[in-house]
Amino acid sequence: MIPKKLDLKDSQIESPDLLPKIERRKFLKMGFAVTGLLAGGKILSLLSIANKSFAFSKEQYPYKPHYSMLIYQNRCIDCELCLEACIKTNNVPTYGYRTNILHRKVSMAVDQQVEFIPVLCNQCNRPPCVTGCPTKATYKDSKNGIVMMNYKKCIGCKTCMTACPYNARYYNEEIRSVDKCDFCYTNRLSKGLTTTACSEACPAKVRIFGDLSNPGSELYQMIHQVEKTVWVIRPESGAAPNVFYTRG
Amino acid sequence: MAETKTQQVAEVVIPTKWDILIGRLTGLSKSFYLALGLFILMAIAGVGAGLHAMYIGYHHAYNVTREVPWGILISTYVFFVVTSTGLCLVSSIGHVFGVKDFMPIAKRSVFLSIVTIVAGFTVIFFEIENPFRMAIYNVISPNLTSNIWWMGTLYGAYLFFMILEFIFLQLDKHKVATYAGFMGVISGIAAHSNLGAVFGMLHGREFWYGPYMPIYFIASAIMSGCATILFFTYLAHRVNSERIDSAVSRALEVTTKVGILAICIIMFFTAWKMITGFVGTEGKTEAFMTLLAGKYALNFWFLEIGMGMIAPLVMYILSKGKNLKMIFAGSALMIFGIFFMRYDLVVVGQIVPVYYELGVNEYETLLSYSPSIHEILVVLGGIGIVGTVFLLGEKIFNAHKVEEHEYETATSALKVLEPIKTETSK
Repeated sequence: MIPKKLDLKDSQIESPDLLPKIERRKFLKMGFAVTGLLAGGKILSLLSIANKSFAFSKEQYPYKPHYSMLIYQNRCIDCELCLEACIKTNNVPTYGYRTNILHRKVSMAVDQQVEFIPVLCNQCNRPPCVTGCPTKATYKDSKNGIVMMNYKKCIGCKTCMTACPYNARYYNEEIRSVDKCDFCYTNRLSKGLTTTACSEACPAKVRIFGDLSNPGSELYQMIHQVEKTVWVIRPESGAAPNVFYTRG
Repeated sequence: MAETKTQQVAEVVIPTKWDILIGRLTGLSKSFYLALGLFILMAIAGVGAGLHAMYIGYHHAYNVTREVPWGILISTYVFFVVTSTGLCLVSSIGHVFGVKDFMPIAKRSVFLSIVTIVAGFTVIFFEIENPFRMAIYNVISPNLTSNIWWMGTLYGAYLFFMILEFIFLQLDKHKVATYAGFMGVISGIAAHSNLGAVFGMLHGREFWYGPYMPIYFIASAIMSGCATILFFTYLAHRVNSERIDSAVSRALEVTTKVGILAICIIMFFTAWKMITGFVGTEGKTEAFMTLLAGKYALNFWFLEIGMGMIAPLVMYILSKGKNLKMIFAGSALMIFGIFFMRYDLVVVGQIVPVYYELGVNEYETLLSYSPSIHEILVVLGGIGIVGTVFLLGEKIFNAHKVEEHEYETATSALKVLEPIKTETSK
């Protein structure tokens, strides 16, 4: 059999510009399918982890209200208004903080290369600080699940500070006790206000505060979405935190 | 006439206990008073520094931070209480469990175990921000899930039993003393393993987390106990300018043997701790690397391994349990090395920031801590207390002598624990 001669005259230059639209669509579809599969897998894997590490899944909101916070990590612009509001509301001294914003440089990123990660007490369901405190100076509020402080009982052994997986505690010299975020319970929630100072002060709606035990709440709706990846920091600590993170 | 009568009476009066005590503490050598003076100065400086730090606020006086809240004062507390537990455990082989060879070291060991734990409590008194609240709320608001609570409470009980035992030993009531000693051993082991669990049960700190800590703490207490007994028994004989008799010499020989075994166990533990350190998160591995080839490598290889384990092991073996100078020198090195062993354990356990794995700019590198002058002075104060009370104790309690008849009484106290002996006696 004589091989057919290649007719170079009829051939076309291979270039993406010259690809027919249908081919492009096919390629993109395949790409989306692969990405979707991976993304789906990722979300599924996260959901399966959720059963083990997230506060909400295993113990099904042991508190009512079950106070919690969702942080939209990509929305934070590091304006620090939340930090200012926290200091003002809770009388936090200059050497300490109840909440902070961490900075992460993502050098591989195309546009914005720095990411801001707000952190605060995670009001864990299994708080190592509460387990370790010898005098019950720190305790889990039996009604709302907030990890509270009874300042007068604090002996200042700093076990809770060593135990905390989130560096959420500091020793307050003025009140002679370890101090921490209480979701503004003492200074706001107990006085009838419905949100924390940091959440209220945020201009970019980064910190969404709410009640996880109420399926109608904004927070519940946002966290319980399969298409949204929600994560917690340091799930391996086993503390079952109540501060969740997402992007969007 | 009346005056001469009184004089005559005074002449025949037997000296009171107080007179004997004064007699024992006076007319001693210059070097004794010099050493005593030095230790008293150290104790005063330490307590002074602690009180000053309390006055100006620990925040200003100590170098501990939010990220590294436990520093040299915690590690020194650990050092002293490990020593105390070790003294109690090793000496109990003799006076509680009736192994005669260990009898001659009993009284001094019980005394020193009280002294070292008191020194530990003094150091922790200046570490805890509100020690007075502790006394109240430990009692009226106990948290039974807290290892710190158990450790504190059980060490309180331990101190009580050890003091009780010491008093009964002084009163020659050996049977009761043995029971008190037995309770001391039980509360000591419980307290000390709880201290290990204080670290081992912090699941946010990978360096410590796991069942290793309580077991390691007990094993290393035996190592510390042997070194301390050997060190102080030899030193005491020098202080009292006495020859070491055959019974004491035999006690030191068997203690050296236990010491060799304890060092080997700790070497085995340390080797596996290091090897398993390379499995886990990046932060944990890096913390172990600082010990092996980083900032704490000198502490680890030279002080912990070299001075704390290898040198004393070699010296103990070469001494054959008989060369007491060599045993003394080995024990001194070991005690010095163990001090840094505790320091590394406490500090390196905290140098990995909790947000290390998050890759944030604030916690890119490992944390650091070095003690402040105030902290070092408080540590020296603790050592000063041990030195002062040891020297005074040698004189006040007449070199903690254990008479031959005391061996028998003590041995018979816990017959339950010696079924073989009971059978042979039948």
